[in-house]
Amino acid sequence: MKIKEKIILWSRLKSPWILHFNTGACNGCDIEIVDALTPKYDVERFGLVLKATPRHADVLVVSGPVTRQQAKRLKRIYEQMPEPKFVLAVGACACSGGVFDGCYSVLGGLDKIIPVSAYIPGCPVRPEAIIDGVVKLIGALESGAKKEIEAK
Amino acid sequence: MAKITIPLGPQHPALKEPENFMLVLDGEQICDATVNLGYNHRGIEKAAENRNYIQDIYLLERICGICSHSHVSCYIGCVEEIAKVEVPQRAKAIRTLVAELERIHSHLLWLGVAAYEMGFETMFMYTWRDREQVLDCLEMLSGNRVHYGINTLGGVRRDINAQQAKEIIKKINYLEERTKYYVNLATEEPTVLARTQNVGKLPYKVALERNALGPTARASGVKMDVRKQEPYFIYDKLDFEMITYDSEDVFGRVVVRVLELVESYKIIKQVLSALPEGAISVKVPWKIPAGESVFRYEAPRGEDIHYVKSNGSEIPERVKVRAPTLSNFQSIPYMLKGDYLADVPITIAAIDPCMSCTDRAVVYDAKNGKTRTFDWEELRKYSIEFYKKKGVNFSTK
Repeated sequence: MKIKEKIILWSRLKSPWILHFNTGACNGCDIEIVDALTPKYDVERFGLVLKATPRHADVLVVSGPVTRQQAKRLKRIYEQMPEPKFVLAVGACACSGGVFDGCYSVLGGLDKIIPVSAYIPGCPVRPEAIIDGVVKLIGALESGAKKEIEAK
Repeated sequence: MAKITIPLGPQHPALKEPENFMLVLDGEQICDATVNLGYNHRGIEKAAENRNYIQDIYLLERICGICSHSHVSCYIGCVEEIAKVEVPQRAKAIRTLVAELERIHSHLLWLGVAAYEMGFETMFMYTWRDREQVLDCLEMLSGNRVHYGINTLGGVRRDINAQQAKEIIKKINYLEERTKYYVNLATEEPTVLARTQNVGKLPYKVALERNALGPTARASGVKMDVRKQEPYFIYDKLDFEMITYDSEDVFGRVVVRVLELVESYKIIKQVLSALPEGAISVKVPWKIPAGESVFRYEAPRGEDIHYVKSNGSEIPERVKVRAPTLSNFQSIPYMLKGDYLADVPITIAAIDPCMSCTDRAVVYDAKNGKTRTFDWEELRKYSIEFYKKKGVNFSTK
């Protein structure tokens, strides 16, 4: 492995930058995501930083069922993110549509629109569950990257 | 200089929820602003017409994660009025307790978000850390941090014991101490004053004209609080004050919310010191008799109104929700006009917008795939006709 690749992999694992996007959630998951970033849970100790633009983000954190209005915006934001990109579906609604499944303006879970890397269930999710999901995602990234390197 | 129009949202770092503002700028100054809603529309009212009364409790709770207790209490108030159920006093007291805990959690959350929009991140972290105390209380009472599900038809689901009450008082005492610090911070800290004073002006007359509600209206000197005007639960027996302020700007909205925190602590202590004995719920029939009802409720953001029409079955015929933010949104274009672009996030945040509450009304024409807008007269005609077909006559003629 070249030294450049090594540095990129290291920085990606040590500090995945996230973008939070609400596709029609009830706010419950959103406040728990922000909660996970504040002092009691402090997910920043894993290097996670909330970013404002999709062009800077590695991980897209989505909460809520996908509404008709938000579907194309979600797709556009996903396309704007640089490769490699990962998507976290936070909450029962983002996983499957939740209580809103079947509503006329809800398309359903997140995976109907964009590929999802990890699902975090719960209505709303607890901050502990978010931290668990994030840590598992980082672990999966690490082992995936190592396998790729070995294959080379 | 040529005027330019820029969009703000639906995805924007200053907005926590999807909404869209079209701002017409002349240099740094805003000449005009329009609000576009509908990104969060899920069709909850229609879904409520397909579920039974008990299922609707849990559906309507998910209108909004911040004021979930408000929406459910409002809906349950309607249903209990139609079914003519007498709710036990102890259940009413527990509902009041949860409502006030929710108000504290919502106002602390808002204080943090407002501080964040001002660029005062330290205060954001402080308030969110202290907010955890309230969430712990709510979790202890109901079993969940955000959607409490404490309400059920005819009462509440869980009782409160002496030990829990003691624990809540302990946490409230801690928060009272911290709130003194926030009161000082909000009224004396020069950076807060510089960012909030004379920003987002909403004069008394305009607030009335545009139907501002809750803390937004009270900061413009409008005396309106459903807890005082039309007491529900046990608010008529409690001693608290309606906080108003007459600075008519963002600063006033900060002051009103911080002082309301202090009033909420007072209410909680009163409720816990005189908790009535007795049952926590009464039985309510599965099928609710035909009738209709409206309930007004003072949510943290303002007055929440629910309308329920039943037809004698176990499924409601119509549930209509009017969330406070929808009403408060009318004032935003006025507040923004003449202000600077940098003040837009804090001005929008000052009404404490809650999009998930608001986005429930958009007309979507499936035939040609276009959204259709009605003017006022058309909409009025359409609604009268629609309800006539259902057997309700709202027209005065």
